[in-house]
Amino acid sequence: MIRLVPNHAARVQRARSVTFTFDDEAISGFVGETVATALQRGGHRLLRHAPEDGGARGAFCCMGLCQECLVQVGGRPVESCRLLVSADLTVTSLKRGAQSQ
Amino acid sequence: MSQIFDIVVIGAGPAGANAALTAAWAGCRVAMVDEQRKPGGQVWRAKNPVVLEAPTTPESRSGDALRQEVACSTVLTFAQSRVWQIESAASGWEIYVLKEGKVVTLVAKALILATGAREYVQPVPGWTTPGVIGLAGATAMFKQDLALPGQRTVVSGTGPLVFFVASEIRRLGGEVAAVVTPNSKREWLRAFPAMVRRPDLLVRGALWVADLYLAGVPIYWRHAVAEIDGETDVSGVTIRRLTRDWAPDGEPEFLGADSLCLGNGLTPAAEAAQLAGLELRYRADLGGWCPEVDASGETEREGLFLCGDGAGIRGAAAAEIHGKLTGETASAYVRGVAPGENHLLQQAYQRAARFGMAMTALSVPRKGLQTLMCADTVVCRCESLTRSDIVAEINAGAQSTLSVKSGLRAGMGPCGGKFCQGTISQLIAQAKGGEVSDVPPPTARPPLRPIPVAALAGDFEYDDLPIPKPAPL
Repeated sequence: MIRLVPNHAARVQRARSVTFTFDDEAISGFVGETVATALQRGGHRLLRHAPEDGGARGAFCCMGLCQECLVQVGGRPVESCRLLVSADLTVTSLKRGAQSQ
Repeated sequence: MSQIFDIVVIGAGPAGANAALTAAWAGCRVAMVDEQRKPGGQVWRAKNPVVLEAPTTPESRSGDALRQEVACSTVLTFAQSRVWQIESAASGWEIYVLKEGKVVTLVAKALILATGAREYVQPVPGWTTPGVIGLAGATAMFKQDLALPGQRTVVSGTGPLVFFVASEIRRLGGEVAAVVTPNSKREWLRAFPAMVRRPDLLVRGALWVADLYLAGVPIYWRHAVAEIDGETDVSGVTIRRLTRDWAPDGEPEFLGADSLCLGNGLTPAAEAAQLAGLELRYRADLGGWCPEVDASGETEREGLFLCGDGAGIRGAAAAEIHGKLTGETASAYVRGVAPGENHLLQQAYQRAARFGMAMTALSVPRKGLQTLMCADTVVCRCESLTRSDIVAEINAGAQSTLSVKSGLRAGMGPCGGKFCQGTISQLIAQAKGGEVSDVPPPTARPPLRPIPVAALAGDFEYDDLPIPKPAPL
């Protein structure tokens, strides 16, 4: 099939893959990509429950405005769309029932 | 601790970075503050360190050239830094910045705002489902991580961005389930005369659309996503045909997909301008409420300059030139000389702006889109307030966005109203039988971005707190 927009997927080289922890689960991601990206690739779209009605929420604006993708690192809230993956990173979600550190 | 500069620029996109460079080249001491790790803004966003090698794109090349220029200049860049308050002072401006958890104060004779745009996303049932992201958000994922929003994605929205996102998904190896756009083919034809002025962009856009046709990706013109299926993850979307006013009137059609990119045009990010004391006026042709700024970047306030999409959505090409013009004006102001007239640059700006405004005209949402919402559709994502909550408040007497905000907290959550105020304005206008141009956004209040209380409080021990003696009984 003729493609006018070429497929560049095979030409992208990424940094090494590592695992980090998300709510006690080991998630693999590439070093230096955003945690939101790694989580979505690993099938974790649901990142938290809205405080008022418990609605399911995940990354939305992907640029640090909406605060929907908030997770916790070391007990502090961080936007997962701005946080980069590194080995040994421990991330806790703001889902209901998730264990806060 | 405060640091003193001639000029502080807020935003390092095409407008801000070019303004900073121009002023620095004119001999000014310039600081540039930006949220991202590297300059480039949303449109020329830099890659994250994850990407070791990748084919270049027009955006990555423009961004890399700009970053190179900034690196070789005397501009002092405060990266990963967020401005949360702006105050005018006797000596000029005081800008409060959060950097690495600490507050830094910058003092400058002149302030250039280049805060760019953000996306308007029309609330529809299910738009809060994880797996639904903004069209602009999708471009951020592409540019910084070269990542996809899902395996099979519906791309829906107005203007050229919907085709750019669909094309990037294909370029990065993903599958586009369908493109859904409220625009008609005829509207695109009408924009043709303005697009001919930028044959490079016209050809690029035509390739995106032709590629989608060749790949058999369905394009639903004059359609919108009316509902998203899925509890904790997207399982599909329902689309409907629209009227000329973009109200749904067709039979629902279901499309299976695991992700949705949704956006309805860009709107100027004007909170910083409001904080700095500028009035906003409604300009549908510029994407909504924006401050009054001329081509030289001058505003009604002394020592305050503004450029790029934050002055009205005219696109990246215009923003780049507007930045250069504004850098010239601001540096002339700092040196106390009359600004020179750069006619060639002014003409180039007008040309680029005409193209950008034709794209804005295609992107601006029409009234009918509001009727995609149901009574229980969430409008304010932070506080989980639905359309019926907002309408009840309006019917109880709230006649302005400010009164809805103080009554319901719609706009007081972590996002600061960035994703609900457009819709709330429209709901108020509808209830009053007026136009959205009669319903301005609420007063901007600090902090412009969320800031930890610890950063505001500074370092002190409990014993340092002055505790007054109890009053005698």
